[in-house]
Amino acid sequence: MRRAALGALLSHWRRHPLQLMTLITGLALATGLWSAVQAINGEARAGYAQAAAQLGGTGFDVLLPSDGHISVSRYVMLRREGWLLAPVLEGRWHLQQGSVKLIGVDLLSHPELPAMPTSAVPPLDTLTSPGRIFLHPNTMDQLVEQPNLPPITLTENLPTGVVLSDISLAEQLLQQQGKISRLIILPDQPMGLKPLKVLAPELHRHSSDSPQAARLTDSFHLNLTAFGLLSFAVGLFIVHGSVGLGIEQRRGLFRTLRAMGVSLRLLTTLLLCELMLIALLAGSIGLVLGYLVAAALLPDVSATLIGLYGATVEGSLSLRASWLLSGVGMALFGTLVASAQAISNIYNMPLLVAPGVQARAGVARSSQLKMATIGCGLMVSGVAAVLLFDGLIAGFTLLAGIMLGAALILPLLLSGLLKIGSYTARSALAEWIWADMRAQLPGISLALMALLLALATNIGVGTMVSSFRLTFLGWMDQRLSAEIYVTAQSDQQAADLTKWLTKRGVTTLPIRWSEVPHQGSPLRIYGVVDHATYRDKWPVLQALPNAWDHVAAGSAAMINEQLARRQNLWPGDVLTLKPDWQMTVAGVYSDYGNPHEQVIVSLPVLLERMDNIPNRQFGLRLDPEDVPELMNNIRETFVSPSISVIDQAGIKARSLAVFDRTFVVTGALNLLTLGVAGFAILTSLLTLWNMRLPQLAPIWALGITRRKLAWLELLRSLALATLTTLLALPLGLILAWALLSIINVEAFGWKLPMYVFPMDWLRLLLLALLAAAVAAAIPARKLARIKPAELLKVFAHER
Amino acid sequence: MARDLLLSIRNVSKCFPGQDPERAVFRDVSLDLSAGTSIALTGESGSGKSTLLHLVGALDHFDSGEIEIDGTGLSKLNDTARAALRRCKVALVFQQFNLVPSLTVEQNMLLHARLGGSPDFEWITTLTRRLGLADLTTRYPEQLSGGQQQRVAIGRALALRPKLLLADEPTGNLDETASAAVMDLMLELVHESGAALFLVTHSVQIANRLDRRVHLSAGQVA
Amino acid sequence: MSVRSIVATVIICLPCFASAQGFAGLGSQADGFAIPEKGYGLNFPADHGPHPNFRIEWWYLTANLKDDDGHDYGVQWTLFRSAISPGEDTGWSSPQLWMGHAGLTTPKHQFYAERLARGGIGQAGVTAEPFAAWIDNWEMLGTDPTLNQLSLTASGSDFAYDLSMQAQGPLVLHGDAGYSVKSSGGQASYYYSQPRYDISGTLTLPDGAVIVNGQGWLDREWSSQPLADDQSGWDWFSLSFDSGEKLMGFILRGDSGDYSSGTWIAADGSSKPLLPGAFQAQPLTYSEVEGRTIPVQWQIKLPEHGVSATIQAINDQSWMGTSFPYWEGPVTISGSHTGHGYLEMTGYD
Repeated sequence: MRRAALGALLSHWRRHPLQLMTLITGLALATGLWSAVQAINGEARAGYAQAAAQLGGTGFDVLLPSDGHISVSRYVMLRREGWLLAPVLEGRWHLQQGSVKLIGVDLLSHPELPAMPTSAVPPLDTLTSPGRIFLHPNTMDQLVEQPNLPPITLTENLPTGVVLSDISLAEQLLQQQGKISRLIILPDQPMGLKPLKVLAPELHRHSSDSPQAARLTDSFHLNLTAFGLLSFAVGLFIVHGSVGLGIEQRRGLFRTLRAMGVSLRLLTTLLLCELMLIALLAGSIGLVLGYLVAAALLPDVSATLIGLYGATVEGSLSLRASWLLSGVGMALFGTLVASAQAISNIYNMPLLVAPGVQARAGVARSSQLKMATIGCGLMVSGVAAVLLFDGLIAGFTLLAGIMLGAALILPLLLSGLLKIGSYTARSALAEWIWADMRAQLPGISLALMALLLALATNIGVGTMVSSFRLTFLGWMDQRLSAEIYVTAQSDQQAADLTKWLTKRGVTTLPIRWSEVPHQGSPLRIYGVVDHATYRDKWPVLQALPNAWDHVAAGSAAMINEQLARRQNLWPGDVLTLKPDWQMTVAGVYSDYGNPHEQVIVSLPVLLERMDNIPNRQFGLRLDPEDVPELMNNIRETFVSPSISVIDQAGIKARSLAVFDRTFVVTGALNLLTLGVAGFAILTSLLTLWNMRLPQLAPIWALGITRRKLAWLELLRSLALATLTTLLALPLGLILAWALLSIINVEAFGWKLPMYVFPMDWLRLLLLALLAAAVAAAIPARKLARIKPAELLKVFAHER
Repeated sequence: MARDLLLSIRNVSKCFPGQDPERAVFRDVSLDLSAGTSIALTGESGSGKSTLLHLVGALDHFDSGEIEIDGTGLSKLNDTARAALRRCKVALVFQQFNLVPSLTVEQNMLLHARLGGSPDFEWITTLTRRLGLADLTTRYPEQLSGGQQQRVAIGRALALRPKLLLADEPTGNLDETASAAVMDLMLELVHESGAALFLVTHSVQIANRLDRRVHLSAGQVA
Repeated sequence: MSVRSIVATVIICLPCFASAQGFAGLGSQADGFAIPEKGYGLNFPADHGPHPNFRIEWWYLTANLKDDDGHDYGVQWTLFRSAISPGEDTGWSSPQLWMGHAGLTTPKHQFYAERLARGGIGQAGVTAEPFAAWIDNWEMLGTDPTLNQLSLTASGSDFAYDLSMQAQGPLVLHGDAGYSVKSSGGQASYYYSQPRYDISGTLTLPDGAVIVNGQGWLDREWSSQPLADDQSGWDWFSLSFDSGEKLMGFILRGDSGDYSSGTWIAADGSSKPLLPGAFQAQPLTYSEVEGRTIPVQWQIKLPEHGVSATIQAINDQSWMGTSFPYWEGPVTISGSHTGHGYLEMTGYD
């Protein structure tokens, strides 16, 4: 019996393969986008975790100095008090070619270090002079020309750009004898110890030695996850539509089966089985899709993470069981959620009487009110979240609240707008059109909600990215004010170059920097000479009067926006760089594309305070017309291939390329979401088609041609899409504002001005209209060609 | 010849929700039908004859009284038991045919019998032939004429070998010629299958061809 | 295997008793290290301090203790020094590595801990004047340049002890005036002991503090020479008889025969080295310890002094699960002589 009944149910899909495809496509798209984001996030997280685990010390608390370093004698004193600690010295090792992060550990006390393979290397070798350094093969490129290198062991287990060694070698290479950056607090401390707070009040205990990259990149992944969920939600609208259609069209079948003795419970169970089967199939396709999308996007994500945060993530994707399970799970769960309403309708469907259209409209109206109330609640709680709490999560709560809230309010709003519109109707036909549009709303409102979300996201994210890009361009013009940037191979070569340039009357602006440990991470300090370039062009956001005079006088520093916001330091406040080095904040400048904190002081002050600052990078100021010639001259005179000369345009192009790559993923997901929303409208209209004949037949009978009815169908669809787009505009702008002023500040540490791009909106409106027109075209075509007999049937019998 | 009582309707009343009980569809209706016999129920449009058929088919609930089919009282049955009754003992033929559009003629014919348990293929082959559907088995309902569709519906119902066949204006959607042919065939086959027939019709002509005829008017049978 | 445990293994294996796989990365035995020479006169207090030109050295205290209720306890405190290369340097670059082992044995439980440290930064070290040996907060401190009056502390996550020790006799120089031969091939070390300490102090156990009294034995040894290639482990006994006499005896187990030696210490403190082979020890019963089979009861014989006694572990499971694991615990003596002592066994895999 079950087989016969299931066979009858499934035969529907055999006769309607397109409909089945729509359902599977919708679900596969939803699962695919969701699992693509999950795969990317999973890969990146695994990358961070692996990198952190290879360096050991994950999951342990650390002791950090409030400023500067911890001295070895302080470490010994704490060890002599019985505390089991492992010292780590970390710093930037300046090489002939750029610099790398050097991590020095005490091999005798450090927790397990998988990054240091002992099988291939005599173990004591690492401890004995000349020591040994460990690094990833990719890092080797930077060291090739470095003289006097200690023995090297290559290992795949370290991130690119990180070098690991024993602390004795590290302190020599970093020229930081007797200094320690942090102390890892080891497990299983002996009994009867004095508290660290008493022994070393100047050191701060931090709860876990989590890698900084993970914290910084969290925002990026949260961003992707939000997108993934949005796409999933939009995809579920499609599933809802096609499941609704599949059930609507089989109402007759259900009645017949029940008349033949299939009980309601069995019917519902069979329908659920059918849906789960479809969900499994679609989920599997979605996983393949997700894998492909993730594999396609991962290189860009990886480039973004390296460019923005310096976090290394492999560009290749690996399959994880948890990912497969969560993908299929989401497909099943999503199908259940999307079809819950349809299934419950079946369960409550009377055996005999078709539910009256009027009754349904009544239900729709009250549910519109209910949804709008919930929507208002969501919006209010989103706003409350951001008022009450700080942080990224509050920012995203605001976004979620406003977006979902607006979507829920949409049907009531549209209904109201249509009612107002109906007052303008002058003819009977116009009156019918307005009334019919309102009657149609409940069926199509889900798709319109999907469209609203997709459009608002598009406007919001588009505005954010474009505003960012515009700001970034302007900022680069200010920041990259030198005509040529030169990097020499050695201090000697740099000195020769300077002399040579000075002879030619070219101004050289040295770019010199050093790092001090600050709150557990290195803080970069640049030293600048007093020059009009900075005074006139530096992108200052806020400053004391005559800020650059104070900087030149050596008493004050300029800080970047990231530092200002994170430490709440603004012009006039005092910044402590080292215990004995305090500076007044003279101004705050914008510093996009860099998540780290930064300080600018006058060069003489930097040289006085810090040792061993390389002097190899310069900005050159000259007449722009002379740039090509001078670049050629430098290349000819200083033949060394390692001297790098790049003009302003070149460096801008590079920066912009990095910037654009950062938003490739966002753009791709954005477009995919919009595509899914368009698909949602199509399926909704197809669903409605079946229910609409009884509404259209009387109008046809009253003397409106099928052709005209078809045009009206198209028009109606376009009108609803236009209304939705118009409503999406303010929502998108709110979203953009939140992204620029809240999310960006939390995620990156900078606030961006908002620019609006009305032409983009127009383009988007056209896109939405196109989607609506394409979606309405199929039913409209059907209507234009329908046989009168079909319409007559409406009168012949109740459905 | 004394026959077993198959259907017994005792003092059944039915009132639609929200309806004034004084104006109920019918009050205290009583009716008997023996196995293998037929009865025609006639009445005006809206007299409630279809509703009474739905009650007998366990498709709808009545307010008071009792209906027994083959000794089973309907009032105490839950949905599952009602479904089982319909699956095994009662078959329905509707005015709108109600074929499954996604199944072929053959699949439609077999559907109720397969749901009921064990199809009697020999009987079904006979039915198919007698109903003139032998050449149409692979077609879908939309490819058939109204008369053909109703013959499939009748075949589907009788394929089960039900004890009771309920037919609601089975020829109401057909023209006169087709109507007469389908009706002849149906009565003949019902007789052969040994089922009892409960037929709702507004046609006195058709009603007169059955064993008994009952008229429903103002909520009462006469 | 982590770098740490390799380093620790190297430290403890270095002096003598390396297992067959050899001495990873150490090359030939000389490597610029000083070598023990026969006829060198030990010079105190300087020789209480470290000898950075020798490869390996230790300060090794074991104690048999009892509380007021007569329960037995054993305590071990060891500081190993191992040089990657001869000589000293300041800061992290020092080639001297230090390792501390602390053990506390009760008849039912064994507690132990390990510490590792680099020389050159002050985290671990030894000074002769006044005498002080330490690693982290574990300390063996004297009040003067002698080893006569010492205080001893160590602590792990589940135990601690704090003891004071008073020497009751002269130092004992093993072998030929402190030159102790370790194999028939001629490998040797410098080796002296203070075998007679009266000890009192406090043990801290998970159940609380216990006041204890008893006797202790301190060994000092340094060398640069590994054992012969075929030697795989050793059994080392330090025994105090109730008669006031003491016996230090060891057996180095090798493929081409065992090598045994030791020292007899008379009640008046005078000592006499034993001839190779004079001291004999036979395992009597074995026990399963951490998946290995280890002899926990021995029959020892030293015919020239009429010794024929049974040595019985107080706790069979006196296992030191440190980076380089071994068995070390207090024992009781019965038979021709009675008394107590300490037993150390390595190389049982």
